[in-house]
Formats: sequence, C-alpha cells, structure tokens
Amino acid sequence: MMVFTSIQSTLGGSMKSSVGVRAFGIIMALLPAVAMAEWNLSFTPVVTILGEEIQAVHNLVMWIIVGISIVVFGAMFWSILKHRKSVGHKAANFHENTTIEIIWTVIPVVILIAMAFPATRLLLATRDSTASDMTIKATGYQWRWGYEYIDEGVKFYSTLATPRNQIDGVAEKGDTYLLEVDNPVVVPVGKKVRILTTANDVIHSWSVPGLAVKQDAIPGFIRDIAFKAEKVGTFRGQCTELCGKEHGFMPIVVEVVSEEDYEVWMQAKLAESGAPSFDPNKNFSVAELVATGEQVYNANCVACHQEGGLGMPPTFPAIKGGKIATGSMDGHLDIILNGSSKNPMMAAWGPILSDYDIAAVIAYQRNEINSNGDIIQPREISAARAN
Amino acid sequence: MKTSELNSQNNYMLRKLIVVALIMFAFGYALVPLYKKICEVTGVYDLIKPDEIVNTQVDESRTVVMEFDANTRSDIGWQLAPVDIRMDVHPGELVHATFRLTNPTTSSFDAQAIPSYGPQHAAQYVKKLECFCFTQQTINAGETREFSVVFVIDPSLPSDVGTVTLSYTMFEIEGTKTLGNQAVTDEFYEAKS
Amino acid sequence: MEAVHDHSHDHHVPTGIMRYVTTTNHKDIGSLYLWFSFMMFLVGGVMALVIRAELFQPGLQVVQPEFFNQMTTLHGLVMVFGAIMPAFVGFANWQIPMMIGAPDMAFPRMNNWSFWLLPPAGMLLLGSLLAPGGAGGVGWTMYAPLTIQQGMGMDMMIFAIHILGMSSIMGSINIITTILNMRAPGMTMMKMPLFVWTWLITAYLLVASMPVLAGAVTMTLTDRHFGTHFFNAAGGGDPVLYQHIFWFFGHPEVYIIAIPAFGVISEVIPTFSRKPLFGYPSMVYATGSIAILSFLVWAHHMYTVGMPVEAQLYYMFATMLIAIPTGVKVFNWVATMWKGSMSFETPMLFAQGFLFLFTIGGFTGLVLAVTPIDIQLHDTYYVVAHFHYVMVAGALFAAFAGVYYWLPKWIGKMYDEKLGKIHFWLSLTFFNITFFVQHFLGLAGMPRRIPDYALQFADWNMVSSIGAFGFGLSQVFFLYILLKAIRSGEKAPEKPWDGATTLEWTHLPTPAPYHSFETPPDLRN
Repeated sequence: MMVFTSIQSTLGGSMKSSVGVRAFGIIMALLPAVAMAEWNLSFTPVVTILGEEIQAVHNLVMWIIVGISIVVFGAMFWSILKHRKSVGHKAANFHENTTIEIIWTVIPVVILIAMAFPATRLLLATRDSTASDMTIKATGYQWRWGYEYIDEGVKFYSTLATPRNQIDGVAEKGDTYLLEVDNPVVVPVGKKVRILTTANDVIHSWSVPGLAVKQDAIPGFIRDIAFKAEKVGTFRGQCTELCGKEHGFMPIVVEVVSEEDYEVWMQAKLAESGAPSFDPNKNFSVAELVATGEQVYNANCVACHQEGGLGMPPTFPAIKGGKIATGSMDGHLDIILNGSSKNPMMAAWGPILSDYDIAAVIAYQRNEINSNGDIIQPREISAARAN
Repeated sequence: MKTSELNSQNNYMLRKLIVVALIMFAFGYALVPLYKKICEVTGVYDLIKPDEIVNTQVDESRTVVMEFDANTRSDIGWQLAPVDIRMDVHPGELVHATFRLTNPTTSSFDAQAIPSYGPQHAAQYVKKLECFCFTQQTINAGETREFSVVFVIDPSLPSDVGTVTLSYTMFEIEGTKTLGNQAVTDEFYEAKS
Repeated sequence: MEAVHDHSHDHHVPTGIMRYVTTTNHKDIGSLYLWFSFMMFLVGGVMALVIRAELFQPGLQVVQPEFFNQMTTLHGLVMVFGAIMPAFVGFANWQIPMMIGAPDMAFPRMNNWSFWLLPPAGMLLLGSLLAPGGAGGVGWTMYAPLTIQQGMGMDMMIFAIHILGMSSIMGSINIITTILNMRAPGMTMMKMPLFVWTWLITAYLLVASMPVLAGAVTMTLTDRHFGTHFFNAAGGGDPVLYQHIFWFFGHPEVYIIAIPAFGVISEVIPTFSRKPLFGYPSMVYATGSIAILSFLVWAHHMYTVGMPVEAQLYYMFATMLIAIPTGVKVFNWVATMWKGSMSFETPMLFAQGFLFLFTIGGFTGLVLAVTPIDIQLHDTYYVVAHFHYVMVAGALFAAFAGVYYWLPKWIGKMYDEKLGKIHFWLSLTFFNITFFVQHFLGLAGMPRRIPDYALQFADWNMVSSIGAFGFGLSQVFFLYILLKAIRSGEKAPEKPWDGATTLEWTHLPTPAPYHSFETPPDLRN
C-alpha cells in the first residue's frame, strides 16, 4: 500500500509527511549521495493566478481519483481477501446483472461531467488573448534561446552558463546547475507578458513551470502564450521538446523584477546594444583575443567540437588539424558567420556572436588549438558582414 | 465446409483487407491536403490567397493593437524586419504595413514569406487584400526592398482579443541562390562525406 | 520449444533450423514470435538501463548526449514494435486457432513470411547504431524537422518501420480471416473467448493505422532525400502536420498494445476465480468502443503545438470519454473476482498486478485528459510514468500472465511455481520503484529525453535507476524460469488450471499436439 499512500501524498504539501513517504525517505536518506536531496512530491510553486488554478484543478482531480480508488481497489482487495479458495470460499455462478452494469456506466459519466465543468472553465481561462502589456519573442535555436523585446527592439541570446567541467563532473555542481544562463529574460512584476515563440531550425518548446507556461516553438510559424507573475523572483525552465543533441542544455531563466528595476535593466540593455563593444581602430593582440576566445569557445563550441577541438567525426569535425581551422582565413570566417550548407549541424554564428567574439574564437582556434599564427581583427569581421 | 470453398472465402477476405490497408496508406497522404483545407476553413493557415472582405464597417469604438514581426533563418545572411512595429487600428479600417528586406550578401535568390498570427485564431479575422506573401519574390544581391501588406481587421474579431501579431517568416527557395560564397565549406564537407 | 517437436507426427517436416525457417505451423510460428519478442525485450531493456545508468546521477558519466538520444529513440521503437507487438502476435498465433477450433491460421505461408520479415527489420533497426553518425536521435515519435537533420541511421530506421509495419499488416489480415472464416461449427461470434475478440478488434486497428504510419515515415523519407516539403514551412508544408499524421497512428497504437492484454487478462481472471467472466457482451462492446474512440482523440498528444480552443475542448471531452469503456472493463474484472473462489498462481498474480497498476495508469490518464494540466505535464516524466504504467504494468504484465498461463499447454511442462511467484513480486516491487517516483519528477517539471538534469531532480532519479536495474535483473530471472521449465519442468497435468473453460483446455491434450483440430470440434448443442 506504499504506492497508494504516495498517491495521496501528491495531493498537496499538507500531506507531505505521511508515514509511508517519510519511512521511504528515511531509507533512501541512508544513501549518502542523496541525503541532501529534496524529495519533491508535487508541482513547483507557481506565481501566476492561472498556475494556481491549474494546480487546484489537478488536486481536485486527484481527490476524485482517491475516491474512485477507494471503491475499486476496496472491492478488489476485499474479494482477494475473502473470496479465495484457500479460505474455502465457493464460487458463485453469476455472470451478468444489467442493473449494476448500467449503474457503473452512469456513475462514471456523472463524475466525468462534474469534472468537465472546472476543466472547461480552466481551459477557457488559459486561452486569454486580451491586450498584453508587453511582447517578447522567444526564438529557439540549436541550442540556445534568442529573445527580442518587440517594442524596444532589444535582442539578445540566452545560453547555458553552467561550465562544461561541472557537467563532466570535474568541478562541483552549483545550486542552479543546468538551469542558469548568461542573459536571463527580465520582466516586470504584475504585468501581462506575452511570449511569441518561433524556432530557427527544429521544434523547441518554451517552458517555465514556475510561471505555468509551456508553448512549442515551431520553425516557420509563431505561437503565443501569456503570463502575469504576481511576485518577483527568478524562475527556471527548460526546453521541453526534443531538439537534438544539446536538448537538455538550453534552459530558460526568467527574472521577475519590480517595475523600477525593469526600467533600469532595459536602459542598460538599450545602451549596450547601441555602442560597439570594441574600439574599431585598435589592433588587438593574439593573447588578448585568445583569452576571450577560450571563453567563447567553451560557451558555444565545446559541446560539439569538444575540448581541445578534437570533435566527434563525422558529424562534428575536429578543429584541431581540421581543414577549416588550418585553411584559409576567409573560409574559416565564412563557416562561422554563415554556417555550413552541407552539414546542418553547423549553425550560422554571425547573428549570435558579436564581431569581437568571432575574432576571438577564430584566434583561439587558430592559435591555441592549432598553431597557424594568424588572427583576424574584429573590425574585419564587421567588414565581412557588410558584403 | 469444403476446403476449396474456405480457401476462396479466405482469399476474398485477404483481397478486401489489402484494399483497406492500401486505402489507409492513401489516407495518410490524403491528410496532407485535408489538413490544409481544414486550416484554410478555420482560417489558421491561409497563406497565399487574397481574402474577400465581407464587412467594412469601421468600428471606431474599438482599438486593437497590431504588432508586426518578421523572422529569417539565422544562417542566410539577409534580414527581413517590420518598419512599423506596433499600430493601433480600428476593426474595419484599411491598414498598410511595411516590411523591409535587406540583403547585404552578394547572392540573389527567390524568397517566399509565410504569414502566421498570434493568437492563432486571429488569422481568420486578419483579411489581407495585398501581401508580398502571395507570390515568390526575387531578391537581388545587395538589394534593400520594402514590401507592403494591406489588410483589414474583421470587426467580428472576438472582443477579448486585444493584441494581434502578424509575423512573417521569409524563406529562401531552395536552388534559386546564385553567386554564393560557400565554395570553401562545401568542398570541406564533400571531402568529409 | 522442443516439447512440441517431440509430439510432431508429421512425416515431411524438416528438422533443426530449417524446420523453423520453412514452417507454416501456427504453433511453431507462435513460438518464433515469442522468442523473437523476448530477445528484443532484453535488447530494449539494456537500452533502458543505459538510459537509467546515465540518469543515476546529475552530470554526464556514462554516455554522451547524442548516444543518449539514440538510446531513448531505439528503446521506444524496439519495445513497441519489436517486443510488445510481436509478443501478442505470438500469443495470437498459438492461441487463436486452438481457441476457435481451427486447424491452423487462414494463410499459413503468409504467416511464415510475416514472421521472417521481423529479424531483418530488427537487424536494420539495431544496425542503425552502426551507421555513420549513429541511429536517429529523434525519439520514437520521430518529429519533423529534427528527422531531416539525421544521418543514414534515420533511413535505416524508416525502412525498418516499413518492414515491421508490413509484417504487422500481414499478421493482422491473417488473424482477421482466421477468426471470421475458420471458427468451428457452433463457435458463434458471441461465444468466442474474449482473447479472440480483443485480437479481432486489434487486428482491425492495425490494418487501419499501420499504413498511416508507413505514410508518415515515407513522407519523412522523401522530405529527406527527394525534395518534397511535406513538413517544411519553407516549401509550404508544416512540421505540425507530421505530428497529426503520426498520432493518428500513434493513439490507436496505444490500444493495439493494450487491447490484446485486456484479452489475456479476461481469460486468466475467470479461470483462477473459477467463475465465468462477468458481463461478456459489455466487455466486447467496451473494447469496440475503445477502439473507435482511439481514432478520435489523437491530438491530445500535441496540445502544446497550439490549436484552436474549440479543438482543445473537443479533444479533452473525447479523451475523457475513453474513461467510460475502460472503467466498464475494470469493473467487470473486479465483478468476475467477486464471490469467486480465487487462487493465486503466478498467472493470476500477474493479472492482479495488471489490474491494480493499469488502473493507476488509467487514473493518471484522467489527470492528463484535462488539457491545461496536460500542458503543464506534457513532455515531462509524468507522461513517461503514465505510459509505462500502461505499457509495462499493462501490456508486459499481461504477457507474463499469458506465458505462465499457457506454458503448460505449449510445452507440456510446468514452470516452477515458487520461482514464478518470486518473479512476480520482484517485478511488481521494482516496477513501482522505477516508475512511481517518475510521477513526482514530472510534477516537479523534469523534461523527458534529457541526458542530464538539475540537482532538485537527483533524489527520485537515483531511486528510479535503482528500481530499473532491479526490474531488468528480474527479467533475466524470468528467462531462467523459462529455460528451467523447458529443460526440466515437471510434466504438466492434462488440465493444470481447474477453472479453465476454453477449447484448448477442454478439447485438446496437454501439451497441445503439433496438429490440432484437423477435424473441427462440433460445438452446436
């Protein structure tokens, strides 16, 4: 009956300490590695009214299920205990009873109709398309999210910030392991935020459990979903539609902040997007570029091309000794800017990385991974983009 | 029952069931046009057909926020963007919106825009009279071009819809690109594969 | 199964391997199906253990993400198309002729072909792992446009599905024809054992839905190689269309797996309750309505792609409706047990396990039927837990019940009852340790098909992985029980189950002779 106790435990926090689960938890806690774990039994807390309503309907359905289970499993276990040969029970010979068959068809119909009302009301409530206060477009890329604040024109990419060595188990994992990004989405509290989703390559799905939103991002089409966070806080989610190799590594982080903080953040973003991030007249040294390049490589390239540029041929060719990174600078720049027309796994990084980052990563690949000794200056990247 | 009689009955059944299987295979394919038809009827998916306007009574009492948006694949080097990002429009009113395509590359190509709407069900109420998405467009190297779309919001748009986004995703038509500079990378992957 | 061979009194049967290559005997072919499916079950199980080993702890330890995706994909395809479906076709081959008083299947030669298509298909499926770039890492649902990006392994998988589909369709045509045309005199439709009924309905589902899957993967293939744009927005297609076509097949597929399981359970429970099945006609009608409804609810797998609210409402109501005939079935089984004289040999234990756990799977199905809740739980471990309750505790437990139930009839020897019971309790315990906790992971928001996860999911994942390894080992134990029964099992009595009432127990000796019912029994009285 442990199973059954646990079903009830999913009904809500108040039942979390039921005996079966606690005993189970104690046994498992003896395993040292999981002793500090959380043993969540139900939904993550939500900060949208709609999310609370969804959880309430879920809990209602769970109570209906508990009721049905008591009847069905009660009858089942009663007959298992009482109507057995070993206690000398003689078999009856009935095999039909129209009345009871009608009753147990009608009762479920009534229960389902009773369930359909809150379910329908909830469904209609989730399809709210009244005017929103702001619109953000979320574009799924393999494997990161791109965001665009439609009104302000602010655009940025949001990439997994967990260092590779934590994933590989070399370094200790941080608290927000795999749920942290370099540029989170920032939204004001108490405003209705509309998210438009689309994708650049394959289907992704934009999902944040704490805000009770999940919407597929489909290449070629837009979809929309809205939420209104009632509390400030940081909310973390993940891509929930299998989108290839790094599907598990493209989290979503939404920071809900006060309206004033949002304004400050937005002004900073606007200022950032206006000015070039490097001095176009300066000639950068190999060492300067390689230092940044290593970071860029580890954030964007290492998942496929691997540490030290060893690659995973044939899909992910090696950088080390590879034809591109030891060949002509133009070819190298072209494939990074525009992607490969032959191998769809190589995305175009032109729109994702800044001119400086591209120059840096090229320098890293040509001077650290390989030893060609040549670099390209950030301003040359700007020039290459223009033609 | 005689064996021969049973055999012929069985074979008749076999033929019937094979036909059922073949029909279901064809049905799988029939779902393609069927799906498009259903999408057209429900207005979710009217891509390249001008709409007819039934009701042109302008409803001054109501304002709908129109948002414009455009997507291009990140790897193609040219960009489509809306000139107007946001407009307040009255249902029934004739609206002109402009999108700008910049092609800084040295290639020319044909492109097709696919419209899509948020919320989805707004699609059937955005009646497009003119749209660059009705035909394929030829884009020359280095060209910057403005495209227009003329539409009317049907006044029967459900009253709870406050914001409508019209978004275009523009695709290059495969095989129409000329003067690419992909030679180096193509050679690389040919050698690999 | 050598025992059958001993009793063969046919003079022109080749011996050794060639006997099985050329056989047209429904019993031989049934055994081939069952052994093939058990092998694929073990292969798919190893893949599941690779997945669970990687998920034992956060971080990447065992495999790389790419290979992980290939494992989830192949695990699904191998289990669905290689293990569960052929297992029940194996049951059909062995049992249907014996249960309706027919000498063999209607098309014995086609029966041979439909089995021998399976090994090459299985090889193609597993061989895709060796293709450059590996198998497709796309999930068993094979959603476009991710499939377009895959290597040659994807094409091999598509061809494997074509062949498997062809085999299923041929098998189904054979089953339908056998049931409709070959019944003994007096075996009217409403006298057929429920197992036969469920297979008749399943076979129709297969004939109607497998070709649609063949169409979907063929479109994927032409999109990949021949420049069509069914699922590519750039060419006027729509990736969502693939999902519609796939799930038009995919939802009936769920019932193709579940309905024969209902049939086995409907034989086992009355036998061991020593009481006739309660509500036979309503069982038939309930199964039929489940089959029809299964074609009308497919889009409930894809609420998050965005669809009109009217469509969401329709699919929600239609999905809830399925609870009614499913409920009727569960109530009928419980009523069959009620006031019976039950004994709990291994087949009955697995049937009880089925009843209890399948009902839980039905309950989570009810939770998922509510669209807004489904959207929250879509593509999370909650769904993984839900369908494993239906597929493992449902279909697999029913298959175990069937094997233990009919094994004496097939080989004339008994399995070791004590070991069988241990197998049941191990399977039941480890199954729940593996999958019950996945409900919690899903509620907390853990997405499926990820090779690595955030730290808050670590606890239940470790529990689940421990359970999975226990469950896997229990099935190796099952292999031992089988081999022990075949090699040195006690001789089975003529009628080991005193409550059995179907023809194979009442009209045939144990073990069943190689050729049975060459003159049909006359059941008119």
